[in-house]
Amino acid sequence: MSGVVRAEVSRRALARARRRVAWGDALGRLRRDRLALAGLAVLVLVALMALFAPWLVDDAGLDAVDSLDNPTWARPGGDFLLGTDHLGRSVAAQFVYGARVSLFVGLAATVLTVAIGTIVGIFAGFSGRWVDATLMRLTDWFLVIPFLPLAIVLASVLGRGIWNIVFVISVTSWPATARLVRAQVLTVKERLYVDRARALGASRAHVVRRHVLPNVTPLILASATLAVPISILTETTLAFLGLGDPTQPSWGKTLEEAFQAGAIGRNAWWYYLPAGLGIVTVVLAFTVFGRALEEILDPRLRER
Amino acid sequence: MSEHDAPIVSLRDVHVRFGRGASVRAVDGVDLEVRRGEVLALVGESGCGKTTLIRSIIGLEPVASGSIEVDGHAVTRDARSLRRLRRRVQMIFQDPTGALDPRHTIHEAVAEGLRIHRVPGDEAALVADALARAGLRPPERYVRRFPHELSGGQRQRVLIAAAMALDPAVLLADEPVASLDASIRGEVLALMRSFVDDHGVSIVAVTHDLGLAWNIADRVAVMYLGRIVEVGPTEEVLAAPQHPYTRALLSVVPETRRLEQQILHGETPDPSRIPAGCRFHPRCPVVASGEAARLGIEARCRGEDPTLTERAPGHTAACHL
Amino acid sequence: MSVLELQGLSVTYRTEGGDVPAVRGVDLEIGAGDTVGLAGESGCGKSTIAAAVLRLLPTSARVEGRVLLGGEDVYAMKPGRLRAVRWTGAAIVFQGALHSLNPVHRIGAQIEEAIRVHGLGDAATARRRAADLLERVGIPASRADRYPHQLSGGQRQRVLIAIALACGPHLLIADEPTTALDVMVQAQVLDLLAELQRDEGLAMLFITHDLSVLTSACRRLAVMYAGRIVETGPAEDVVRLPSHPYTAALAGAFPTIGDPASRMRPSGLPGDPPDPAALPSGCPFHPRCNRAVEACSTTDVGLRVSAPGRAAACVHVEPA
Repeated sequence: MSGVVRAEVSRRALARARRRVAWGDALGRLRRDRLALAGLAVLVLVALMALFAPWLVDDAGLDAVDSLDNPTWARPGGDFLLGTDHLGRSVAAQFVYGARVSLFVGLAATVLTVAIGTIVGIFAGFSGRWVDATLMRLTDWFLVIPFLPLAIVLASVLGRGIWNIVFVISVTSWPATARLVRAQVLTVKERLYVDRARALGASRAHVVRRHVLPNVTPLILASATLAVPISILTETTLAFLGLGDPTQPSWGKTLEEAFQAGAIGRNAWWYYLPAGLGIVTVVLAFTVFGRALEEILDPRLRER
Repeated sequence: MSEHDAPIVSLRDVHVRFGRGASVRAVDGVDLEVRRGEVLALVGESGCGKTTLIRSIIGLEPVASGSIEVDGHAVTRDARSLRRLRRRVQMIFQDPTGALDPRHTIHEAVAEGLRIHRVPGDEAALVADALARAGLRPPERYVRRFPHELSGGQRQRVLIAAAMALDPAVLLADEPVASLDASIRGEVLALMRSFVDDHGVSIVAVTHDLGLAWNIADRVAVMYLGRIVEVGPTEEVLAAPQHPYTRALLSVVPETRRLEQQILHGETPDPSRIPAGCRFHPRCPVVASGEAARLGIEARCRGEDPTLTERAPGHTAACHL
Repeated sequence: MSVLELQGLSVTYRTEGGDVPAVRGVDLEIGAGDTVGLAGESGCGKSTIAAAVLRLLPTSARVEGRVLLGGEDVYAMKPGRLRAVRWTGAAIVFQGALHSLNPVHRIGAQIEEAIRVHGLGDAATARRRAADLLERVGIPASRADRYPHQLSGGQRQRVLIAIALACGPHLLIADEPTTALDVMVQAQVLDLLAELQRDEGLAMLFITHDLSVLTSACRRLAVMYAGRIVETGPAEDVVRLPSHPYTAALAGAFPTIGDPASRMRPSGLPGDPPDPAALPSGCPFHPRCNRAVEACSTTDVGLRVSAPGRAAACVHVEPA
């Protein structure tokens, strides 16, 4: 009995030690990549800003009714750090709260996209034959649906809400992930080490858990970090087209309102520039970090 | 026949087919027995079906017809019996680099089989023991490394360690030294032989290298186009080959100088179009030289599929000659 | 005059982890119509030598010593002259026949390309010559319009040989030409190479880890270990009566079938080839050598001539 317990302990200790080494290795690589570090720093800053929005700015500045006394089109400085818009609302407050929505939509849509895509991709790749054929036809079907018309239709049917935007983005972008995952599963499945595992007596579940998933995960993770900026941009697009949640400020919505209010003609750069720069910076940060992650997690890209 | 003399693996008229409409007859009627505690070398050109044959023994290729028994148990497609089978039978591969998951450490690679079969005991100790037995000493130096940090020879030893950790009765080896440097070859072969001599395991080694057979095999089986054409004790088959194909194979091995080279033309014929009559007759030097005609057997070579007949005790060949 | 002469050739790869010496002072001479085999395990520098002869090394490689091709220093050539010499002076048959052929071009076109690039005739001549070459290597000229994937491994290797012969080189360098091939096909390719060598007076440098292949295919043999030649001499003699323990181990790796001494007794070398970046002190072979004495770990002896035409780098060799 005690022997078994000791074996368990030593196995777990060994696994922990190995994991520690792997993590240390990954962190070491990340630390050497300055660009990725900068990207990560930007993301952490934006995330903190979104998280602590109520403490950073007064949400009264978001509401047109509460902002009736404020000057309109005020330039940055003075009472308003980033000035005010055409209704006298604080641009700074919109920017900070907008980060919340943009980040939330970006992350939530990505999680959903990756989840659907991974499950479909693994099933299709590992089952083969008619399951694969059926799932892939389904994927193709979703892949060819024109995105914007669908988004407009869904938004008008489901109503304009933040979850609906997440839903629209995931429904239209999972096929790409599914194809990617399936392709990777198919190559891993043909690897000799999968044959070896089968010859060792491994079940399908074991092969998926121990060989397919670990070899697909880095790809999924990397593609997820690259999917976040796409989702953020999509949210921006939808909001800019007036399909966003009317009750929540987002960077896309800010841009739309600035455009509608004629901020460009009035040369009110403080109105649209923060949101625009915010989108570009976050998208860039995610992309840079995602690329670095891809390199760290994929041993084939990591030439020694 | 006592329990102990019964063959550990026996194949009866085994057929394995591939492709649309099962048109490719990769293994086309093989009868073969593997004895306990012997090394059997399965020799032939690529595409002759030798790798497919051993993969069918461990249930990696479904058998179209015929039967395979390992230690008295029939090999079936049933998941539970396959799992049991894959503890008694283990396999090592030609390409040790591809057979190791690049993301798994050496410890994980060796421990995988132990975990699958829930082998009781201290996993770390079992792994260390298996590595040491495969000549990777001290084992602590290897357990935390990844496959790409080892040499080709070391990787093959890891695979051997992982296979032998389960204490199998049969080890199937697919070209175990073909991808290794000449200098490493002998060490790996000696290791394989030691498992037979010290632990009584039986080995089926698939190879195109007759030198390997001479080095470690008790018996040699020669395979051509999905069929065994000659089987017998190594000394006999290599010193007094009965089948013209075996003779041709032997004559092109650079290490044998006694025979006049008989280079067969063309590659191995296509297993989706197996010739009628003796499957070797289109390339057979005996037919081509007219000797078969002189002996009056040419019509049979072209029209009649020869079966294995005994030429000496325990030595059979499938030839009309 | 010799077709190829290496004088003190050294090749060092510069890597992030420091300099890695791949070839360390190799002298080698190949006369017209001569066949020389270069043997050794992976990482010993034999393929680097093949690439060094035609200046095909990556830019990270530093080359010292001289490579004389037909008496002309390859590393002093102007780019134009170098291009002309590649393929007309010396041609290489690489290992891995599948990857050396372009999958999207017909094999005939790939042979013609080699001819046209060197301005050795117009389109019609090139096509005629390509057809001749295919027949020469044993492939019917009618197959010139096939793609590489439609050919078998042995046939692809033959096409590579035809491409190598396209410009009538004086020297053919064959880098593991038969390694991936089956025994029977290997015998066919070796037979073809021997025939070409005999009929066209081609000089050949034959590189492989399989000593048994070299014995039948080469007149002379050079065995490399850790970037250096450790034994050289007539092929038969070197394999039959090796002077260097490393050669002995290589020769013993492939048994003579029928020889009772090797029956059930596979022989090999313990340990792994040395890491070129961290060579052992003294004789680099001493950690794996079964005849090593104390001096071996401190002193590295050069090639010692033991008999006319034979030399080995080992303390046990008595200089003649």
